[in-house]
Amino acid sequence: MTVPALAVSHLSKSFDRPVVADLDLTIRAGEFYALLGPNGAGKTTILRMVAGLLQPDAGDISIFGIDARRDPVAAKRIVAWVSDEPMVYDRLTPLEYLEFVAGLWQIDAHAAQAKANELIDWLGLRPHANELCGGFSKGMLQKVALAGALVHEPKLIILDEPLTGLDAGSARQVKDVLLGKVRDGVTVIMTTHILEVAERMAERIGVISQGRLIAEGTLAELRARIGRESSLEDIFLDLVAEAA
Amino acid sequence: MTLAPASLTWFARHELNLAWREWVAMMTGGRRARGIGLAIFIGVVVVLLHLMAYGLVAPWVARGIAPDKPTLVLLSGSGLLFWTVMLSQALESVTRVYYARSDLDLILSSPASSQRLFAVRTASVALSTIVLTGLLASPLINMLAVLDGPHWLAAYGVVIALGALSTAIAVAITMALFRLFGPRQTRLVAQIVAGIVGAGFVIGIQAAAILYYGNMSRFAIFQSADIVASAPDLGSLLWLPARAAMGDLGASVIMLALGLGALTLTIAVTASSYGHHAISAAGLNHIRSQRRPSTRAFRPASQRQVLRIKEWRLLQRDPWLLSQTLMQILYLVPPALLLWMNFGDSGGAFVVVVPVLVMAAGQLAGGLAWLAISGEDAHDLVVTAPVSPRTVLIAKIEAVLIVIAVVLSPLLLLMAVSSPRMALITAGCAALSAGSATAIQLWFRVVAKRSMFRRRQVASRAATLSEAFASIMWAGTGALLAAESWLALGPAIVALFVVGLAKLISPRRR
Repeated sequence: MTVPALAVSHLSKSFDRPVVADLDLTIRAGEFYALLGPNGAGKTTILRMVAGLLQPDAGDISIFGIDARRDPVAAKRIVAWVSDEPMVYDRLTPLEYLEFVAGLWQIDAHAAQAKANELIDWLGLRPHANELCGGFSKGMLQKVALAGALVHEPKLIILDEPLTGLDAGSARQVKDVLLGKVRDGVTVIMTTHILEVAERMAERIGVISQGRLIAEGTLAELRARIGRESSLEDIFLDLVAEAA
Repeated sequence: MTLAPASLTWFARHELNLAWREWVAMMTGGRRARGIGLAIFIGVVVVLLHLMAYGLVAPWVARGIAPDKPTLVLLSGSGLLFWTVMLSQALESVTRVYYARSDLDLILSSPASSQRLFAVRTASVALSTIVLTGLLASPLINMLAVLDGPHWLAAYGVVIALGALSTAIAVAITMALFRLFGPRQTRLVAQIVAGIVGAGFVIGIQAAAILYYGNMSRFAIFQSADIVASAPDLGSLLWLPARAAMGDLGASVIMLALGLGALTLTIAVTASSYGHHAISAAGLNHIRSQRRPSTRAFRPASQRQVLRIKEWRLLQRDPWLLSQTLMQILYLVPPALLLWMNFGDSGGAFVVVVPVLVMAAGQLAGGLAWLAISGEDAHDLVVTAPVSPRTVLIAKIEAVLIVIAVVLSPLLLLMAVSSPRMALITAGCAALSAGSATAIQLWFRVVAKRSMFRRRQVASRAATLSEAFASIMWAGTGALLAAESWLALGPAIVALFVVGLAKLISPRRR
C-alpha cells in the first residue's frame, strides 16, 4: 500500500470553543482534494495545523509517512503553504523573494535560479521580475506567493482560498498551474468557497461542518449519498443543513 | 443629544469615540486587571516625575525667580526645545491625516464634507500634541506653581497656544511639500523634516555648547553671560511666551489668540484641498517601484545567511525606517564632536560620551529588533519553512546586532586611538544595552506587520519602559566605569534586575 500524502487522526483544536473535533482525514498521494465548509467550519484551522502554523490540542499528523508533530522540519521540507493573504515582502522583487524562499528550503542556488526563472515566465511575471512587490495587485502577489510555494518543488501543496480576490485571468493561471502540478504527481489540498472550482478540479471533496468531516468522496459518491442528481452547491447545502 | 449626521460636531464625536476606544484597547489589551495595574503604574510615574521636577525647580525658586533677562532667556530657550519637539510631532501626525487610509476611503467616497473631516482631524492633531507636551511639562509647571505661586499655571495656556501654532505650521509645511514634491515624496520628506526639526535644534544646541563651553548640557548655553548679554531688551516681543508662562495675563491672551487664530486660519485656507491631496496620496499604493534588472546569480547561503540578508535588504529599502535610524545616528554627532574636541585628552569627555553611545545602541537595537523579530510580513512563510524557530531567531538577532556594530564601530575606533580602555568600556556596555533591548523585544514578540512599527511603543508599555530603563542603566554603568567609580556596580545590578523583571512579566514567560 502506498503511503498517503496526508493522514490526520483524532485531530482536535479548541480556542474559546471546539473548532476541530476528533478529525480523521486521509488524502492519497497525487490527489487533488478540495476541503469545503461554511464560514467558521474549521477548514483553515485544520490546514494551519497541517502546515505547522498552529499547534493541535490532540491528534496525529503524518505527511508522506513523516510524523509532522515529532519532526516538523522534515515534514516542512516537502510541504508548501499558500494562504488567501499572499505572504510576500513589499520591499523585495519577485526574484529576490524566490531567492529567499529557495534559501530557506536550502535548494541548490543554481537549480533554484533556473526554477525561479521558469516560474516567473510560467506565471507571466517576467515584466515585473525587477519591481518591488509593494505596488503589485492582489492577483500578482498571489502569483508571486504561488511561485514561492513551487520553487522548492514540494510533494504536498496546501492552499487556503487561493483564488480569493483574483481576476478571471489570474484565477485561470493559478488553476492551470495547480492542475499541472497534480499531473506531475504532486498532491494538492485546497479550501475554496467557489464550489464550481471544486466541482471541476477536485478528484475528491471533503465537507467540514463544526470541525467534523461530515462527508467525503468523489462528486458522484456525494451525489449518491443525497440520492439525487444535483450540483455540488445543492449537495453542499443539503449536507451542511443535515449536519446542523 | 442627537447630532446632525456629517456635521462638524458629529465627526468630532466619531473621532473622539474611535480615539478613546483605541487608546483604552492599546493600554489595557482589553483586560480590566491590566487597566487597574496601569492606573497604579501611571500614579507611581507621576509622583516620581514630580519629585524629579522638584529637584530641578526648588533651587531655582530658592534663589528667587524674577522676570529679568537671564530668566527670560532660560525660559524661552527651554520652551523652544519643547516647541521643536511639538512641531516635529505635529508634522508627523499631520502627514498621517493625509496618508493613513483606514476609514478615509469610506468617508471620501461618501457625500460627507471632506473639509469638515479635515478640520476635525487637524484639531485632533493639535489636541494630541497639546496633551502630550502638557503631560511632559506638567511636573515642572505644577512644581513651579506649588513652590513659587499659582501664576505659573498660566504656562498651560502657553502649551495650548504653542500646540495650536505648531499644528498650523505643520499643515502649512505639508501643503508646501505637496506642491513642491508631489504626493509620492511628501510623506518621506515630511518625516525627514520632522526628524530634523525634532533632533536638529537639540543637537545644534549641544554642538554649540561643546564648541564654546566644552560640555554637552543643553541648558548651559541658555545661562551663559554672552548669550544673556546679546539677547534683546526686556520689552521685546520675543519674550512673549516666557512672560505668558510666568502669568502675564496680557501676554497669555495674545499667545492664545495667536496660536488658535493661526490654526483656525490654516484650516480654513487649506481644508478645501484636503480631499484632493488625500485622494492623490491614496493612489500611491498602486505605484510600482522598478529596480535595476538583476543579472546577479542566486548565491548559495545557509538559512541563517538568507534570513540575515533578507532583514538587511528590507531595512535598507524602508525609507521611513532609514530616516528614523539616521536620526538616531544624528544624535551621535555631539558626542563625536566632543570626542574630536578632546582628542588625545583622556579627561572628562568620556564620562559624557560613553553613556550617550551606550544609550543610542540600546535604543537603536530596540527598534531594529522589533522590526526583525516581530515585524515579519511573511510570518506564515517563515514558520512553514523547514527551519527551526531557534535558527530564525538567532539569524534575526544577528542581523540586528551586526547593524549596531557597524554603526558604532567608527566611533569606537576613534575612541580606541585615544583610550583603548574607554573604547572597551563603551563596546562592552553598548553590547549589554543592545543585547538587553533585543532580549526584551524577543520576550515580548508579537506577530505584526512592519508597517505597525509606529505602534510598537504603545502596543507594549512594559517592553518599551523596560527597554528604555535598561538602556539608561547600562548608560549609567558606562559613565561610572569611565569615571573609574566602583559605584558602576549599582546601575549594572539595576539593569540586570530590569531585564530579569521584563522576562518574568513577559507574555512568553507567562
